[in-house]
Amino acid sequence: MITSRTEVVLGRLLLLVAVVLTLIPLVNMLSAALQPADRNPIGLSWPTDPQWINFVTAFEVGNVWRLMGSSAFIVICVVPVALIIATLAGYALGGLQVRGGRIILMVFVLGLTIPFESLIIPLYYQAQALGTLNTQWAVIFPLIGLFMPFSVFWMRAHFVNVPRELSEAARVDGATLWQEFFRIQLPLALPSLSALTILLFIWTWNQFLLPVVLIADPLDRTVAGALTFFQGQYYLSIPLLNAGALIIIVPAITVFLIFQRQFIRALLQGAVKG
Amino acid sequence: MTATQTSSAPRRAAARAAARRADRAAWLLLVPALVAYGSFVIYPLATGIQYSFYDWNGIGVATWVGLENYVQVLMNPDLLGAIRNSFVLIAFFTLIPVGTGLVLATLIRTMRDGFALRASQTVLFLPQIIPLAAAGIAWSWMYAQTGAVNQILSTLGLGFLTRPWLADYGTALPAVGLIGSWVLTGLCTVLLLTGIGKIDTSLYEAIRLDGAGWFREFFTITLPGLRQELAVLVTLTVIAALSTFDIIYTSTQGGPGRATLVPGLLIFRIGFTQSDVGLASAFGIVMMVLVLALVLPIQRLSRIGDR
Repeated sequence: MITSRTEVVLGRLLLLVAVVLTLIPLVNMLSAALQPADRNPIGLSWPTDPQWINFVTAFEVGNVWRLMGSSAFIVICVVPVALIIATLAGYALGGLQVRGGRIILMVFVLGLTIPFESLIIPLYYQAQALGTLNTQWAVIFPLIGLFMPFSVFWMRAHFVNVPRELSEAARVDGATLWQEFFRIQLPLALPSLSALTILLFIWTWNQFLLPVVLIADPLDRTVAGALTFFQGQYYLSIPLLNAGALIIIVPAITVFLIFQRQFIRALLQGAVKG
Repeated sequence: MTATQTSSAPRRAAARAAARRADRAAWLLLVPALVAYGSFVIYPLATGIQYSFYDWNGIGVATWVGLENYVQVLMNPDLLGAIRNSFVLIAFFTLIPVGTGLVLATLIRTMRDGFALRASQTVLFLPQIIPLAAAGIAWSWMYAQTGAVNQILSTLGLGFLTRPWLADYGTALPAVGLIGSWVLTGLCTVLLLTGIGKIDTSLYEAIRLDGAGWFREFFTITLPGLRQELAVLVTLTVIAALSTFDIIYTSTQGGPGRATLVPGLLIFRIGFTQSDVGLASAFGIVMMVLVLALVLPIQRLSRIGDR
């Protein structure tokens, strides 16, 4: 490999700058969160007497248990359903190459470009008509639908690359469509499915617009949607606001650090395929 | 074809029947996804288009106004201002992250895949994991009068530049834009680095032996090799810029004045605070068309190169 010395040094230096710039706002949140709760902190400075108690206060004032429960409920309702129905559709479009499938695929793909904001007004009145407004179902149902374009596209991309010989061999052996699907196709799809699970989890957990508009009580929202509630609750105390925001971020970051290789791979593939 | 020509008619009919049955089963598998998509994307889209032709406050009687809401979206300076702001944000959401990502990725292309690189990747990905609303909160504190940005400027002897960045008419929009740069630069860098990894290294060896410098190498090998990744990133970041909502909502609420007002926030306000459902819906449709108009050419351009 031929590279000049300046390039190598410059590259590492720039990378270091990027890493530091990425970390500063996060470290700054932590340093602010540890300052005395009743005073306005100044900039980036490590407190002489770190007030870890702020996290306890923020946890209680912010009703964090209830919020986490509400988020978890929304995730548990959205993610498995979206995974199952997208896998079935992806198999029909990619594996079985259903007639008219190209048009159906086009219809799904066009949905990728619709901003959620364009649909939020009708979704509000739809939830009102369905009687789900201000309940978690007002977010759950639309999210399943809104995730379909990407999820179906993603699963189709997997199934279309499974060699045809596999399913032909299964049919020759007398396997029914269902047997073939569960015994052969599903196990092969596991890597794609786990990547999709990770993506849908983050997108649901971090969803902001839908819960803010469709659920009036912040405590019934996703944690991200409840951040506005924190802003109202702690607007007098920057340390408590930062402590509250950190409490909300930490679970996602922990999951990320544990599964980071899968996360990064999923997000990169998700970007390229999407 | 030859197989069907030689087989007898009844067998052909049986095969056709089996194919029809399989096709029907396949269509059944499509039904749940189509129902979810149809009910919560297509149906709201259709009602949104319908609302956009009416004057309606959400409760009373709706009156047909034709294209009047669309005329307002395209003529009212306040509404146009929001669209203009979102185009300014493209510079911060697309140009800065993709540009920085390109420079950084080409410079560290040969870096060994060791701990330093892995750890850097992890850190650069953190902004992708935290909610955008939290990024808005973190940065409003960075930009505050007593915040870290002013503190750092003062330490560097640039104290005359200090100001409440998000409350200043001149700096609020760029300041909000930089939050977007912060969120997206890591993603761009890591994706472009992965893309460069797929380019044949012998190409780089050859051009270096040829005596080419960094610039020629960049324009003749790296840039063409990353065409697909670049198209993806530009599409993704342009959509992110035009549909920003979370960051603005938790940092500036569109202020000061209308300095950081964006379409998403405006739809929210017109629709739910002013209860002008028709106008908000028309704005939503215009926003969708704008995204399509910007994104489709990018997709087409990247495809032309493939042929």
